[in-house]
Amino acid sequence: MILVQALDLGLGLLVFAVGAWTVFARGPFAATVGYVVYGLLLSLVWIRLFAVDVALTEAAIGSGVTGLLLIGAAARMRDAETTAHEKPLSGPLRLAIAALCVLVALALAAVVLLLPDNGPSLAPQSLHHLAETGLGNPVTAVLIAYRAFDTMLEKVVLVLAVVGVWSLAQDRYWGGAPGEARAERPEPTLAFLAQVLAPLGILVGVHIFWVGADEPGGAFQGGAILAAMWMIVMMARLSEAPATRARWLRLALIAGPVVFLAAGVAGAVFAGGFFAYPPGFAKPVILFIEAFMVLSIAVTLPMLVTGPPRRETRQ
Amino acid sequence: MSLLVDIFSVIAISAGVFFYLAGTVGLLRFPDTLSRLHALTKADNLGLGLVVLGLLPRAGSPLAALKLLAIWALVQLASATTAQLIGRAVRRKGRVA
Repeated sequence: MILVQALDLGLGLLVFAVGAWTVFARGPFAATVGYVVYGLLLSLVWIRLFAVDVALTEAAIGSGVTGLLLIGAAARMRDAETTAHEKPLSGPLRLAIAALCVLVALALAAVVLLLPDNGPSLAPQSLHHLAETGLGNPVTAVLIAYRAFDTMLEKVVLVLAVVGVWSLAQDRYWGGAPGEARAERPEPTLAFLAQVLAPLGILVGVHIFWVGADEPGGAFQGGAILAAMWMIVMMARLSEAPATRARWLRLALIAGPVVFLAAGVAGAVFAGGFFAYPPGFAKPVILFIEAFMVLSIAVTLPMLVTGPPRRETRQ
Repeated sequence: MSLLVDIFSVIAISAGVFFYLAGTVGLLRFPDTLSRLHALTKADNLGLGLVVLGLLPRAGSPLAALKLLAIWALVQLASATTAQLIGRAVRRKGRVA
C-alpha cells in the first residue's frame, strides 16, 4: 500500500511540476505542449480517483481538443507576430495578471480544503434511482436524466460557440469553407495514418457511446473520438472542410440540442413533466437523445478547430 | 503455475520499463532531433510492447487481452507516424545536424 501511495504522491508532484513548467514555458507552442501533457497526467489522476468517465473526458476534451485549439491559436499568433508589431504587455500589467491568477487559485484551494470531511453528497440517491432509468452507469444517468436540462443547455452553448467562431469570418467569405484549399498532394504519411486509423476510430467512438449506458463512456467521449477522426482526415487533406452554408452541416450541428429539447417537451406531454421520461421506456429515449448528441459533438468540435470561413466556395 | 506467470510478468514489465528509461535518457542526452526521435520511437515500441506482453496473462478475458494488443498496435501506428512527420519537418527546415 505504501508503494501505491508513493506512486500517487509522485503523480501529484508530476502534475504540479508540469503545470509550473507550462506557466513558465517560453512561447505559446511550448506552453501548449506542456498543457497537453498536463491534461493527460490529470486524466491519470482521475483514474486513480476511480472517475473513469471524467478521465476520458479530460483526455479527449481537456487535453485533445483544447490542445488542438491552442496549437492553432499559437500558429496564428506566430503569423501575426511577423506581420504586425504589437507591443508586449507591460511589466506591471503582467504582475497584476499573475496576482489575480494566484488569488483565484488560492481561493479555490481554500474552498477545497475547507470542505467538511463528509461533504454533502447526492450519490446515494443517484444510485437508488438508477434502476428506474434502465441505465447501469450513474454518470450517464446524472447527465441525461437527473440534470438533463443542464446537459441540453451545454449542447446549446457548443452551437453558440460555433456561431461565434463563424462570426469572425469576413463578409465575403460568409457561408464559405474554413481552412486552406486542399493541397495538390496530401502528406503521404499522414494520409496513411488517416486511412488506417479513421475506420478503427469510428468503431471505437461508436463503442464508447454505446457502452456509456452501462459502463464508463458516453455521448461526449464517443463524439469527441469521432470528431478526432474527422479532423485527422481533414488534416491529412483526404477531404476538405465543408462549406459552412451546407444544409447537412447546419442540421447536424443543431440535431443534438433539438432532439434533446423535443424529448424534453414530449416528456411534458406524455410523462407528466418537462424532461420526464416514460417509466420503463427511459433507456431507449436516453440512447435516442444521445445518438443525436454524438452526431452534433462529432461535427461541432471539428468546426471549432477549423475556425472561421476563410475562402469562397461555389454553391 | 501462477508463480511462473508472476515471474514472467515481472521480467517482461521490468524489461519494458528499462526500455522506457533508456529512451528517456536518449531523449535527454542525444545531440540532435533525428537521433532523439530514434531513441524515443524504439523505446516506445519495445517498452510498451514488453509491458503489454507482461500484462497479457493478467488480462481477465481474451477480449481484454485483445484490447491490450490493440492499444499497443495503435500506439505503434501513432508513434511511427509522428516520428516520420517530425523527421520530415526537420529535413524540410534543413536542420538535420
